[in-house]
Amino acid sequence: MTAVWISVIVVGLATIAIKAAGPLLLARRTPPPRAQGALEHLAPAVLAALVVTQTLGGSNGGFTLDARIAGLAAATGAILLRLPLLVVITVAAVTAALVRLVG
Amino acid sequence: MKRLTDAHPPGPGRRTYLDGVRAAAPIGVAALVFGVSFGVLARAAGMGRVAPVVMSATTFAGSAQFAVASILGAGGGLVTAIVAAVLLNLRYGPIGLSAATTFSGPWWRRALSAQLIVDESWAIAQQDDGRLDRHLLVGAGLLLLVCWTLGTAIGAFAGDLVADPEALGLDAAFPALFLALLWSQVRERSRLLAALGGAAIALALMPFTGPGVPIVAASLACLVGARKPS
Repeated sequence: MTAVWISVIVVGLATIAIKAAGPLLLARRTPPPRAQGALEHLAPAVLAALVVTQTLGGSNGGFTLDARIAGLAAATGAILLRLPLLVVITVAAVTAALVRLVG
Repeated sequence: MKRLTDAHPPGPGRRTYLDGVRAAAPIGVAALVFGVSFGVLARAAGMGRVAPVVMSATTFAGSAQFAVASILGAGGGLVTAIVAAVLLNLRYGPIGLSAATTFSGPWWRRALSAQLIVDESWAIAQQDDGRLDRHLLVGAGLLLLVCWTLGTAIGAFAGDLVADPEALGLDAAFPALFLALLWSQVRERSRLLAALGGAAIALALMPFTGPGVPIVAASLACLVGARKPS
């Protein structure tokens, strides 16, 4: 078997197991209030980390500063103006594309 | 704690799978184009045509798949590729925990539903009280899975015809989505603290660790909520 297929199968099985772990382990069990409180704060913590890593991250780790920053700044403006999600995403993409076109 | 469900798209009664599909449609376009570029990259990296499509349908996690293709393509070795991908996907451990009480039914059904968790479907399914809407998650996840796998197939089999997602600015669409969804989550002080903590941890670790680790570590910022049962 080639390295390609081994990596497809191993990474696939590992990812499937990681994704299924929580829903299988916590089955029909309501976590204690404190754990529940922590889990309800997971979304803002991880979403904020995703914003940071997907705006500033390079493909091999570290920072890469590029047109994504302009895209996110424009998106922030659109969010402050309470524009719909579709508009926010489009504004970010168009801004980043224009910056790359010019830069 | 008060439930603030009215911050999400209106409509009487419960959300349906179709609402999830609809909510994910704009980001589905970006997933499709990125799927194409993964297919092109994977083929150029020597993964062939079928393996990348199988990987998109089963692993269904963009960043980890890009890591595998670029490491194998650069001759980086099998173990390096697998370790990098698993590190990138470790965040689905805590994310899966937060979704655990969302799914119901027999074990195989919960395990299957959990496969539809990706950053974007999980983010779209968030309610303002920190719980998840199962219909939104499954609808959004299914649409993204189809877009991502279809895009990969187009890229792997029909390649070259297609535009570069970065030239279209689509890489900026993902952080914009996450920021927009984060915005409605941080009206409460403890949630804002969790967000600031998560961002700070990620920023602090990014220069020193491989990609993936900063997000897993940032999930620890959720502990600020441990003292505040709701």
